Amino acid sequence: MANPLRQLGQMSVNMVQEAGGMMIFLLEGLGLAFVPPFRPRRVLQEIHNIGVRSTLIILLTAAFTGMVLALQGYYTLRKYGSEGALGSVVALSLIREMGPVLTGIMVSARAGSAVTAEIGIMRITEQLDALDTMAVNPIQYVVMPKLLAGVIAVPLLTAIFDVVGILGGFLVGVVLLGVSSGSYFSGMVQSVVPLDINGGIVKSLVFGLTIILVACYKGYNTEHGAEGVSKATNQTVVLSAVLVLAWDYVLTSFFM
Amino acid sequence: MIKIINLVKSFNGHKVLDGINLEMPEGQITVVIGKSGVGKSVLLKHIIGLLKPDSGQILVDDRDISLLKGRSLREFKRRFAVLFQGGALFDSLSVFENIAFPLREKTRLREVEIAQRVRDRLAQMNLTSEVETKFPDELSGGMKKRVALARAMIQEPEIMFYDEPVTGLDPPMTNTVFHLISKTHQESGYTALVVSHDIPDVFQVADQVAMLHKGRIIAAGTPEEIQSHPDPVVQSFIRGEVDFLED
Repeated sequence: MANPLRQLGQMSVNMVQEAGGMMIFLLEGLGLAFVPPFRPRRVLQEIHNIGVRSTLIILLTAAFTGMVLALQGYYTLRKYGSEGALGSVVALSLIREMGPVLTGIMVSARAGSAVTAEIGIMRITEQLDALDTMAVNPIQYVVMPKLLAGVIAVPLLTAIFDVVGILGGFLVGVVLLGVSSGSYFSGMVQSVVPLDINGGIVKSLVFGLTIILVACYKGYNTEHGAEGVSKATNQTVVLSAVLVLAWDYVLTSFFM
Repeated sequence: MIKIINLVKSFNGHKVLDGINLEMPEGQITVVIGKSGVGKSVLLKHIIGLLKPDSGQILVDDRDISLLKGRSLREFKRRFAVLFQGGALFDSLSVFENIAFPLREKTRLREVEIAQRVRDRLAQMNLTSEVETKFPDELSGGMKKRVALARAMIQEPEIMFYDEPVTGLDPPMTNTVFHLISKTHQESGYTALVVSHDIPDVFQVADQVAMLHKGRIIAAGTPEEIQSHPDPVVQSFIRGEVDFLED
């Protein structure tokens, strides 16, 4: 009986330690954004790596999400003779929930894992130590630009997701299923309020920071060679996806 | 002069360094030998500030660098350079960018001057300008070491640290790297610490040798003194006897 209790206690302690470690890491990373040398070029590079390189997967995911939302929505609404509300259903689902959440999960799968692998390899091949010995702060050089890029890129990707999703919904709802384009867009304009858009932006900011924080932290603390990198990458994808969903619930409850 | 006094470090209750005492005279090359996993790299990481000791002192010019923080630690780091075991070249940067990196980060030199210094260092390492545009994964082990040495030397360090500089290299390249260490030392006159288990090859660059065993320095002296040291553990290691290596 003692052992499972002990294990549970140890697990709890480890979780608290890791959460504390991440918070300190976050504060140090963001704090160094305000200390010279400023690294705008590194931030731009990371926006390219995290944001631009995720665009294709976001376009594909968004298009199919919008299309399936329109398909499901159309047949559900038709039962109540409310096909005209299709635009509202698609837009609200995307802007409030699907856009930020799916963008977050796709970015964590594509860019989060890449960030962890990159920093993890830098750790095990002593590149981070090399920076340190050259009096270059590795957190400022490697981590800070990625954190800023996450905060900048993920909201932009979410906006792209929302627009492409709405167009995907238009393709299925209006072009294939015959809903009038006027009702599709006018329903959207009437039902989407600034709070929905602001909520989506806040969510995407939080998700972007969370995903890249987890990715950087796991990579930075990688141990035990190639196997350690693989483990850290796996943990990044799982943990950031779970945290995105958990944050989604918390933030949604604030905006409702 | 670098002086290590009673340095102790444990990991998870296991004492890796158990009261290390060592002096590295200015302008000389001190070599620390010992079998793999004995704590040589841990010792080096303490001196370069990557690890903090549980107790003991690391004095550089009579200042305990294990107590340094912030700006004073950064100032100390500007005085030395490290050649890491695998080279630690930045994968995402070309050879040129790797060697230029410390100058771009630490100085305000113009690009023209940086380019000239990079080419001078490449020439010093017997590397042609054709490698400038290559990336680390396109280089052989020996070339990586030479590029890493060029990156270290471009910082014009007062103190050089070498972590297993020839591990994994073939005999000709081992001799080349040791020759480059001797050559750069003669040209620059830096103080150096070399951590290595490559004996007797490493004796060719050593002014003094210290042997680390079970967390302690068990022998120290000139290469000749170490080679004729009466301690059977030292002799067993130098001869590479199987029973000792499997201890």
